Amino acid sequence: MNAPVILDRRRVLQGGGALIVSFSLSRAFAQEGAPAAAKRPGSLATASYLDAWLRIDADGRITAFTGKAELGQGFKTAFQQIAAEQLDVAFQAIHVVTADTQLTANEGYTSGSHSMQDSGTAILNAAAQVRELLIAEAARRLGLAVEGLKTDSGAVVAPDGRRITYGELVAADMLHVQAQPQSKLKDPATFKVMGHPVPRVDIPAKVTGGEAYVQDMRLPDMVHARVVRPPSYGAQLVECDSSAVEKLPGVVKVVRDGNFLAVVADKEFQAVKAMNALAAAAKWKESPSLPRQDDLLNVITSLPSQDSTNRSDPSVSGQKTVEATYTRSYQSHGSIGPSCAVAHFVGDAMTVWTHTQGVYPDRQAIAEMLRMPPASVRLIHVEGSGCYGHNGADDVAADAALIARALPGRPVRVQWMREQEHAWEPFGPAMVTKLRASLDADGRIADWNFAVWSNTHSMRPGNAGTLLAAQHMAQGFAVPPPKPLPLPEGGGDRNAIPLYNFANAHVVHHFIPAMPLRISAMRALGAYHNVFSIESFMDELAGLAGADAVEFRLRHLEDARGRDVIEKAAQEFGWTRDQKPQAGRGYGFAFARYKNLAAYCAIASEVEVNRETGRARLLRAVAAVDSGQVVNPDGLTNQIEGAIMQSMSWTLYESVSFDDTRITSIDWQTYPILRFDAVPDRIDVHIINRPGQPFLGSGETGQGPAAASIANAIAHATGKRLRNLPLTRKRIKDAIDA
Amino acid sequence: MMTLKVNGQENHIDADPDTPLLYVLRDDLKLNAAKFGCGLGQCGSCTVIVDGKAVLSCVTPLVLLEGKQVTTLEGLGTVSAPAPIQRAFMEEQAAQCGYCIAGMMMRAQALLLRNPKPTDAQIRAELQPNLCRCGTHMRILRAVHRAARLMDTADASANERSGQ
Amino acid sequence: MAGMARSPRIIAGIVAVALAAGAAAAFAIVWQPAIAAIEPPPPASFDPAVVKRGRELAALGNCSSCHTVRGGQDFAGGVPVPTPFGVVFSSNITPDPETGIGRWSEEAFGRAMSSGVNREGQHLYPTFPYDHFTNVTDEDDRALYAFLMTRPPVDAVARPNELVFPLDQRPIIAGWKLLFLRRETFQPDPAKSAEWNRGAYLVDGLAHCGACHTPRNALGAERVSAQFAGGEADNWHAYALNDRAHAPVPWNTESLYAYLRNGWHPDHGTARGPMAEVVSNLSTVPDTDVRAIAIYMTDVSGAAKPERDRSAVLAQAESAPAQGDPTGAAIYVAACASCHESGRPLPYGGVNLALSTAVTSPDPRNLANLILAGVPAVAGERSPIMPGFADSMTDAQVTSLLNYLRTRFSKEQPWTDVEKTVADARRTQTALLQTSIGPRNVPADPSQRDQP
Repeated sequence: MNAPVILDRRRVLQGGGALIVSFSLSRAFAQEGAPAAAKRPGSLATASYLDAWLRIDADGRITAFTGKAELGQGFKTAFQQIAAEQLDVAFQAIHVVTADTQLTANEGYTSGSHSMQDSGTAILNAAAQVRELLIAEAARRLGLAVEGLKTDSGAVVAPDGRRITYGELVAADMLHVQAQPQSKLKDPATFKVMGHPVPRVDIPAKVTGGEAYVQDMRLPDMVHARVVRPPSYGAQLVECDSSAVEKLPGVVKVVRDGNFLAVVADKEFQAVKAMNALAAAAKWKESPSLPRQDDLLNVITSLPSQDSTNRSDPSVSGQKTVEATYTRSYQSHGSIGPSCAVAHFVGDAMTVWTHTQGVYPDRQAIAEMLRMPPASVRLIHVEGSGCYGHNGADDVAADAALIARALPGRPVRVQWMREQEHAWEPFGPAMVTKLRASLDADGRIADWNFAVWSNTHSMRPGNAGTLLAAQHMAQGFAVPPPKPLPLPEGGGDRNAIPLYNFANAHVVHHFIPAMPLRISAMRALGAYHNVFSIESFMDELAGLAGADAVEFRLRHLEDARGRDVIEKAAQEFGWTRDQKPQAGRGYGFAFARYKNLAAYCAIASEVEVNRETGRARLLRAVAAVDSGQVVNPDGLTNQIEGAIMQSMSWTLYESVSFDDTRITSIDWQTYPILRFDAVPDRIDVHIINRPGQPFLGSGETGQGPAAASIANAIAHATGKRLRNLPLTRKRIKDAIDA
Repeated sequence: MMTLKVNGQENHIDADPDTPLLYVLRDDLKLNAAKFGCGLGQCGSCTVIVDGKAVLSCVTPLVLLEGKQVTTLEGLGTVSAPAPIQRAFMEEQAAQCGYCIAGMMMRAQALLLRNPKPTDAQIRAELQPNLCRCGTHMRILRAVHRAARLMDTADASANERSGQ
Repeated sequence: MAGMARSPRIIAGIVAVALAAGAAAAFAIVWQPAIAAIEPPPPASFDPAVVKRGRELAALGNCSSCHTVRGGQDFAGGVPVPTPFGVVFSSNITPDPETGIGRWSEEAFGRAMSSGVNREGQHLYPTFPYDHFTNVTDEDDRALYAFLMTRPPVDAVARPNELVFPLDQRPIIAGWKLLFLRRETFQPDPAKSAEWNRGAYLVDGLAHCGACHTPRNALGAERVSAQFAGGEADNWHAYALNDRAHAPVPWNTESLYAYLRNGWHPDHGTARGPMAEVVSNLSTVPDTDVRAIAIYMTDVSGAAKPERDRSAVLAQAESAPAQGDPTGAAIYVAACASCHESGRPLPYGGVNLALSTAVTSPDPRNLANLILAGVPAVAGERSPIMPGFADSMTDAQVTSLLNYLRTRFSKEQPWTDVEKTVADARRTQTALLQTSIGPRNVPADPSQRDQP
């Protein structure tokens, strides 16, 4: 280990085990290019050695490694369940180590609801294969056939009762073998840990004030830094006399590099005060560069675009045609805790503790910014406040690294201020969709036209130019050109292709390279708006056809698992044709399969609209979800509940505001989100478990259906269709009064 | 230098009187639970209890705290000996990222101290200043109800033990 | 009907007056006939254009503020209105036939507006400001009626008033009316512009501005000779709007218009307390009506003090040496300045307190109310938030802070009896927060810095 590693706060590996794993990783990567006969499951495809995922010590301790970052979704607990189940040990016998460039596989970003599919599947198969290896080794030692051997509580057991523990069986390089494409997985019917609700391992510390977040790290001799960000995109630092600031109590150093400005102090509040003084001393030259916030439809659709047609069938015209345009404002991730990182520069090595979603890509970007070899930079994931996509995590990690380089030997903790997080995080992009469809004489959709205008949905690191600090430093890095994320997952066109069986469909993606506002990935990417649009429009068409919303969807859907969640949600909600809600209330329904390849989700909702104020409140929601084999049902329920609540907040309240120069939504006054008075009376989540089926990501599957379900319920309650997100009180009121 | 009583212990604090309590708790006393969320009194992440009442520590300067008793989440209980409110949040699995949770728990605790059997509407009204971004609200509400029941039971059994 | 002198003696006074009036002037005034109950008219029987007009008028009249209780249904009443004589609870004005006004004919509604008599013929307490509503035209009454009768009916029985005897006897109100109720309707002044007259009609009539901003006599009636000299609402001081106004930068038509339209102005700060509900409602009415109110109000408010502009006020505050209560100074620096001196544009940054009428006002209540209760978020809206300090500051600390702010940011004499004001404010604001719906929308969406 060439980086200064302070291990006392994190129970990472002890002894030489970590070295073996590092070694195995580097060998594994050397062979990444080798052709594989059959694709290995999950992330075993890219990190194929079993010991990249699991380690068993001589004393029987078992460690599972994941390259993914725990963001509050609870998958660390799920991975522990998976490993315990397949290895036949108690849940408590497993320790999970998360993303660390020195310890874990490179699994890219923790995004796109991929953690269970990639890492969970890898651990599932690796654990099953390790179990087979252990049985084979025991068979060899005992001189018995493998068929008669069983595993139980961390040991292989012979028919005559002899036991050899895993610790006794495992030898130096025994797990250093490449995974097979096929694994002998346990029969789901025998599961003792998987599929059962298990309390999350991270919650006890979080409810007792333990060290749970990077924000809580305190390293010996650590100093606190604050950044002074420019007042607007592209602002130039003209003048900054920092001499008075340097004399303030506790101030250790003022760091300036081009437009990058920061101050370091012994104590945190000293750093905050010095930051305020430094901000007052800094003179910036700003220039107006932002578009009109109140005309996003025209702003977005008039930017040059690169168009691609995702599905085009001969167009037929039905008898009744409708068309509609839907828009979505820029929206904030809005993490409750502003982003934070700790960096430590010793010798020629940089270590950064960060809540980034991608330790490897962020290492690449930070190394490039520092003009250091990536091998000399180590990124260790430590939990932060929930991020819901690409928030300020990577940027503050870069800030910390840049400041730490100016203070060799001292750990530097940087946390953003609230207004910095709100003004500088990369937003979820604004989007426009235009839909046109017609019905045939039987009330079926005869043709379907869908066009979406959007920026990319990922400006994540990899390149230094994605990092604010790298953009602002004197020898700065340019923002790399954006690329659309390719289908089938897609970015702006994620979920643009309908899952419904339309005879004819024409789907166009207008990818817009120009980014007037800083944007990147936000939970569900384009699927949030595309599903909102499709599922709102389905209701409009159902209305035209005189059909019930649920029946109309089923009429157009063959996918059996899709039909199952729709029917389940409808049944649990008590959905009936011609149901009559109380006055002022409405029912709504929506469905999607996230990315058309991850979890299925259908949501029925009841919304109350106050006609005097226009305020809409979700009263209850019933969701049905199919995410394949369920590992931790309560964790899945928690995710879906959260998705509904968060999507409701996006849908009813949220839009980034800006004038011609600055972002003006910079705190919770100017960017209001859900508060308790608008919390529903109840949310019910019904899981359709699919034992033995692959894991399907579920962290984002609720966002789109929740939005459309609420929009449809508002339309039902008011008789007015709202198509511009967010569906604010004022927009609803204006629609009612129109 | 002033004396600040936190979780029953007296501490000598060397900080300016305008320093917000939040920074004293985190920086001087190395306590984790109270979180920096906005520094503006808009989100509730920094909520602690002062003399029995929920207070936003990010806008409460030291100068206001002479002679008062500060309680943080750490002062309620531990993983092995959790307070009723901590048990309740564990049992309800009432967290996702959990960053807001300490503040939620302290505000709820202050409510339960004042009103041991709050209605759902009272809990919602009380928690209005506190923001959660993960959408854990339903579980938080359930956890507060559960905490009220646990406290009730704890009181009852304590009374039984003391023969009342 | 807040704002009356708080002395039990006046109860005796009002009784005496009432008895005298009752004896002399007439049974005829006391006795009012019931107007026949009707079947509630179906909502579809009203012209949508008239309903829409009624909606705007209801907003101008700030009806929801008194007739909607926190957590209750719109217009279903139940809001406690504190008076020196006890608590009056507002009535249910939804068209529920049993508990609301569903059986009221248009005639009955019009009589209530102009004469303060309910359908059954009982006199209404003047907490319902019919002393202003007499000015409302029949046409506007009809529109209001159409609006209310098309609201969802709510089954909510009005809570009985909690008044001291004998004021719980409604016939006594007839005596009060005899003395104080002017029954003339609004007459336009042909010498003035149409806008001015429109403003006068609204201000003196439906908007009933004087109900809060004009002081009241011992019997709870507005003092005609002191119109807009400053009154009271929900234990907030309603600032003087006449030539005795205390705003550091004097109001003019433009600033008043902007304030009423947007809820804030850079020279004055942000509306809060009961006024926040007023501007919340005004945000939904036609722009021309708001402008008319501003034109009329600035005309009747008379000549301002010597003209001071914003920069002069700020420069003076800047040059004034920091002085006053040292504890208050430390609290200000630590708890207030982080927002109020952040340089953030209004309405979110916190006004520079040198511009604050709350500091220059002769009555410290509003400042005490604000510090204790703060400004809660308007749910789901872009809106200013100020944390309340009731739970983190003692009365003595708030008193120190008030004294410091008065000395530091105004040239006025120190307030007296501040500690009692703080203690009263702690009690009354806690109660108010339980019942007031507060502003439910925010007038403008000030996404542009420094612009409404």
